Amino acid sequence: MNVLEVKNLRKSFEENLVLDDLSLTVPDHTATVLIGASGSGKSTLLRCINLLDTIDDGSIFLDGKEISDPGIDVDEVRKNLGMVFQSFNLFPHMSVLDNIMLAPVRVHKMSKEQAREEAMTLLRRFDLADKADQYPDRLSGGQQQRVAIIRSIAVKPRLLLLDEVTSALDPVLVNEVLSIVRDLKADGMAMVLATHEMGFATQVADEVCFLKDGNIVERGPASQVISAPQQPETKDFLRRVHEAGRL
Amino acid sequence: MSNDSPVRGNSGRALSWSPSDRELQRQASRKAIGRKKALVATISSVLVIGALIALIVTSPGWQVVKETFFDWSYGGEVLGAVAKGLVVNIKLTIIASILISIFAMTLALLRTSRSAALTPFRILATAYVDVFRGVPLLLVILLVGFGVPALRIDGLTNSVLILGTTAVVLTYSAYVAEVLRSGILSIHPSQRAAARSLGLTSSQTMRHVVLPQAVKRVVPPLLNDLVALIKDTGLVSILGVTDAVRAAQIASSRTFNYTPYVTAAILFLLITIPLTRYTDRVLARSIKRQNAQGAA
Repeated sequence: MNVLEVKNLRKSFEENLVLDDLSLTVPDHTATVLIGASGSGKSTLLRCINLLDTIDDGSIFLDGKEISDPGIDVDEVRKNLGMVFQSFNLFPHMSVLDNIMLAPVRVHKMSKEQAREEAMTLLRRFDLADKADQYPDRLSGGQQQRVAIIRSIAVKPRLLLLDEVTSALDPVLVNEVLSIVRDLKADGMAMVLATHEMGFATQVADEVCFLKDGNIVERGPASQVISAPQQPETKDFLRRVHEAGRL
Repeated sequence: MSNDSPVRGNSGRALSWSPSDRELQRQASRKAIGRKKALVATISSVLVIGALIALIVTSPGWQVVKETFFDWSYGGEVLGAVAKGLVVNIKLTIIASILISIFAMTLALLRTSRSAALTPFRILATAYVDVFRGVPLLLVILLVGFGVPALRIDGLTNSVLILGTTAVVLTYSAYVAEVLRSGILSIHPSQRAAARSLGLTSSQTMRHVVLPQAVKRVVPPLLNDLVALIKDTGLVSILGVTDAVRAAQIASSRTFNYTPYVTAAILFLLITIPLTRYTDRVLARSIKRQNAQGAA
């Protein structure tokens, strides 16, 4: 069963074609990793799947149901999608616990007691229980991003979208965030993630897609796309990543 | 930091060094510079303020002004009546600010909404704000105060107090709506995106994510408007409401001495100055907080 199917997706911003006839399939419990230079369309693809951006052509299916119809109830669709942003986007006026409980209580109509209990379970699991009552500005970037990930999975989404979740972090904080993602992958959470961390991509990816100019140039297991790329564009990109010391 | 206590780091850990001779010299010269600056500030203040006082006191009309504006025994005599009037201003301020909050919030939400069904209300709200921000408050008070009773609609009030308050609410709601709207627009779109991606509807996003942050951010300008509101309530005296300004007017027209006006002014200042100082403190704190966030 495929959680997500993207067919012939096109998206342009004014004259600029950002996604060009892009197709993608994500089977349940698998992780698809998007790699590629900035501006290749990774973030736009994630935002289109989440219906934060409206697409210009093609279709998107979530659990076999088309979500790219104009008449669709976007709030209903987003109940099944989790999204984590590069810049964390925690709500600064709420404690960590309130950030996590907001959607379960308001969107999924869970009782406050149950939402608190589930939130605390997640916080304990990821070693953040002592931060429950803190406000986001008291937390390190790594802690904030871990809270943002917990917030997005607190509603038990069918698919988790991660948009360069470590790009805004100090190098020493990257690993604590990636280890959460690894744990979620081990739990069987289906996810699509854009990243510049090639080592991490190799560890979690069931499929790696290399994007260039809004299209997937090369796709396959990490052992192929990252370790033994076939396409000249992929080779060129990875060589430049390697030179920058990120491999 | 005194020189004899050991220097402490952020963690409160005692650092095991005492200042070098070079550092002690620097501290001494910093102190000397500080003393010199304080001296210059004192001298220039005394000179400027002294010159201003001298100019007023030596002016040809000063004796007359002193008697007609600063007759403290008469001021004390009318203090009770003016203070009683001020209670009206305070009551009016409290009632008006509650009504303004509700009406202004409605206007701000209408102006920032994108709902298709609300389009006519959005247009009306925009027109409303444009009109009432552009007309002098005094005119609105006169138009409402004399215009509404002239309609002679049954059940509509003729109370000048209610009509005056209504006029103040009409005008200030337009100002406050714009302050609230700017606060709403200042919240970064990524906050909205995060809330929507969690499945919150756009009104839930406004209610739980955008508004709490927006209102907090505009507290200093809102307090500023509150100070302005307190003194602008004095304008309803034109309709005959016996507030502090009107009480002072009555007292001074009896004797042709203007000290009651000065008395009223002092009473207004007793309320507005502490509030202004408080506003400055809140503003300083919020700037500090924003800078701290920027650094993080």
